[in-house]
Amino acid sequence: MKRFVPFIVFMALVGLFGFGIWWNTWHDARYVPSPLIDKPAPDFALPKLDAPEQNVTKASLLGKPYLLNVFGSWCVACAEEHPVLMSDGRRLGIVLVGYDYKDAPDDAKAWLRDRGNPYDLVIADQPGRTAIDFGVYGAPESFLIDAKGVIRYKHIGPLTPEVIAQELQPAIDAVKREAP
Amino acid sequence: MKPRLPGLASRRSAPCARWFFGAAEAKSLRAQGALLHFVLLALLIFAGHAFAATGAIEPLPFKDHAQEVRFQNLTKQLRCMVCQNEDLADSNADLARDLRLEVFQLMQQGKTDAQIKQYLVDRYSDFVLYDPPLQPGTWLLWFGPLAILLAGGLVVAVTVRRRRIAAGANDGNMANTERAGTDPADAGDDW
Repeated sequence: MKRFVPFIVFMALVGLFGFGIWWNTWHDARYVPSPLIDKPAPDFALPKLDAPEQNVTKASLLGKPYLLNVFGSWCVACAEEHPVLMSDGRRLGIVLVGYDYKDAPDDAKAWLRDRGNPYDLVIADQPGRTAIDFGVYGAPESFLIDAKGVIRYKHIGPLTPEVIAQELQPAIDAVKREAP
Repeated sequence: MKPRLPGLASRRSAPCARWFFGAAEAKSLRAQGALLHFVLLALLIFAGHAFAATGAIEPLPFKDHAQEVRFQNLTKQLRCMVCQNEDLADSNADLARDLRLEVFQLMQQGKTDAQIKQYLVDRYSDFVLYDPPLQPGTWLLWFGPLAILLAGGLVVAVTVRRRRIAAGANDGNMANTERAGTDPADAGDDW
């Protein structure tokens, strides 16, 4: 029995190695859980994309839950996500706020004109300063913010029908039960 | 139409350039294409370097050298969230540039290094720190290697002890029987 100990240790190391390979093939190494979940969304005041003289603030959006979707016309994965928002966005049953991140306003407007605009409202953060407060590090990102202005859920990367069905929709339903 | 290299236009390098292109012209059109590729590639590499050099380190108006050193130190300890294997000081990502500016501005406001780190941790989680903080969730990370080292050391110590005892018993036997015939080089290290 004792002579098998090195072999058992070796096999355990092989197992660990195999687990590392297997885990790295499916988990998203870029995913970093946000520390902002269940914390109040940061205060912001950002201009509307199509009416830059009007500011939208956190306070002005309170009272109704909304989905803040960070996108940019320069962002490849956002173009991938866009058709999903076009087809499923209305069915989410929640206000969709587009957050145009580090983008030239004209580019963003053309992008939305060409592909369709799934948002109820689009705000623009050209310098990207407010996005730092939201902990944005890669578009697209989606924040579910409840009626009291608390971030309840965040998804990093494109929303897909699977993500919506398994994560986003249940989170939206929970938020809407509290404040219809 | 001769392709021309920038920087080779001066008189001194002209013969060299003539030889260079003359040789290429003597060869087939295909060779000339290859040369063009080479020139374009060289230009691309050069342009890439020039871009990286100007893009990575934008000049910030530091108060003095000490502040600059502090800034470099601090941004070396912070991770770029976009590239993830690069620190904030070296990263060329857009977000890293924004965050460098943010760190710089926080420094101008008189924030300490700890406050600036906390500011980023509040937004991007502990992941922005290259040194993970010591907390219950990271005990295994911090002390795991030490624990493995100690466990290994314990195994070695026990093995050595056992073999020494066994060797000691052997020596005792040999002393009585065939000690005179033992090679001195073998003495005491038979594990």
